[in-house]
Amino acid sequence: MSIPVRITINGTLRQFDLDPRMLLVHLLRDACTLTGTHVGCETGICGACTVLLDGSAVKSCTMFAVQADGAEVTTIEGLAKNGDLHPVQQGFWERHGLQCGYCTPGMIMTSVQLLSRNAKPSREEIAHGLAGNLCRCTGYSHIIDAVQYAAGMGGAR
Amino acid sequence: MLSIRYEAPRSIAEAIHLLASDPGAHVLAGGTDLLVQFRAGAKQPSAFIDVKRIPDLVGISLDTNGLRLGAATPAAAICEHAELGRLWPGLVEAVHLIGSAQIQGRGSVGGNLCNASPAADTTSALIADRAECVIAGPGGERVVPAERFCTGPGTTILRRDELLVAVVLPRPPARTADAYFRLIPRSEMDIAVAGAGASVTLDASGTCTAARVAVGAVAPTALLVDAAGQALIGTRLDEATLSLAAAAASAAARPISDKRGTAAYRRHVVGVLAKRAIVSAAARARER
Ligand SMILES: Cc1cc2nc3c(=O)[nH]c(=O)nc-3n(C[C@H](O)[C@H](O)[C@H](O)COP(=O)(O)OP(=O)(O)OC[C@H]3O[C@@H](n4cnc5c(N)ncnc54)[C@H](O)[C@@H]3O)c2cc1C
Ligand code: FES
Ligand code: FES
Repeated sequence: MSIPVRITINGTLRQFDLDPRMLLVHLLRDACTLTGTHVGCETGICGACTVLLDGSAVKSCTMFAVQADGAEVTTIEGLAKNGDLHPVQQGFWERHGLQCGYCTPGMIMTSVQLLSRNAKPSREEIAHGLAGNLCRCTGYSHIIDAVQYAAGMGGAR
Repeated sequence: MLSIRYEAPRSIAEAIHLLASDPGAHVLAGGTDLLVQFRAGAKQPSAFIDVKRIPDLVGISLDTNGLRLGAATPAAAICEHAELGRLWPGLVEAVHLIGSAQIQGRGSVGGNLCNASPAADTTSALIADRAECVIAGPGGERVVPAERFCTGPGTTILRRDELLVAVVLPRPPARTADAYFRLIPRSEMDIAVAGAGASVTLDASGTCTAARVAVGAVAPTALLVDAAGQALIGTRLDEATLSLAAAAASAAARPISDKRGTAAYRRHVVGVLAKRAIVSAAARARER
């Protein structure tokens, strides 16, 4: 069975005919070659696959792509505008919020949602907000610094 | 590989028809349980019936009688609702414990109930709050109290062709409040070793006039512990009474031993959590 689906991805309306089993993360990576969205665990734990679905952070490995029919998806590739990094990206750059970078796209997407709902989060609120994103390199404290830096820059944009 | 159907019906009637006509069809809400189980091979549906496009299943309505939560409403919408946290802080706490921000963006209270994990966080909170489950099937609607919805690990009273449409909660009377506590081995993102929800009503003098206590992760299903609620009624929730209620919660538990804790530990801890939930609910009730 193949299902016609329309999804707006980073501002561009795209049409697909999809096997219902295809995960959103695989559509983004394989069909759209948006490989910034990473796959870590494929079981909803690690958060590497986080994207925004109609503004809400979701793990794209725990969604079928067909479920996104009619929705707007934003991936890490959609954050920078005209070559200017998003404040959260800038924060990760300035505050060394990454080492290997595997978790980073997911961390950034979750942080974008966090700042859009809480413009001035405390360190604890940031740690809690990022509980669904695992990082095996940084020990998290630079990630929290990065999000605070972004909040200082006016955050969510 | 066999092909799998995906349907996104727009009405309850259409969804029931799809379920009735395909015995292998599974309801799909947020998918945060079902997709993981499907990908692991634990569940092999012939069709996914996505219920998030049915208007009656998504949304929150609050009036003078109480609350109606569409079964597939994302947890995040419940946590962000302006009024719910004030009226049912314990239930909102339980919803807020489901996974992380991203899981809450998709996952639903209906899915939490229907997945029927004994450790599901919202189930005990719903039971304490006197929630009722609205179920639709080919013969029409029926309403079942939350404590009777799950029948065992992974099983519910839903028939194959039935759908959970909503959960409804009566508006809390004056000086009534709820609370939910769980214990997990880590600080976030884990499954309860034990959990307890309580709802407490006080009169103007601070005497308890109604109470419900429910426990989770300590039996095949979440349990309403009548004896714990009864122990509180007519008292001012003194230390001795709280100990009686905790003992009743422990006595009702029929836990297993697993990697998260032994049966004896769970039995003890669920009493401690029940007591904390009662104390917290009562403190909130006094402020109302
Ligand atoms: C990383 C992670 C962390 C988690 N942490 C927690 C936690 O801390 N606490 C907790 O309790 N849970 C947790 N969960 C489990 C899960 O997120 C919740 O149980 C969630 O509420 C499920 O809702 P859903 O809408 O995603 O359900 P789905 O996965 O869509 O469905 C779950 C089951 O219910 C059935 N179903 C769903 N809706 C209906 C309906 N309306 N009528 C009939 N049947 C229906 C489905 O067929 C399926 O069998 C976690 C999951 C993940 C992946
Ligand atoms: S890849 Fe999606 S949560 Fe790990
Ligand atoms: S930077 Fe390596 S996993 Fe986070």
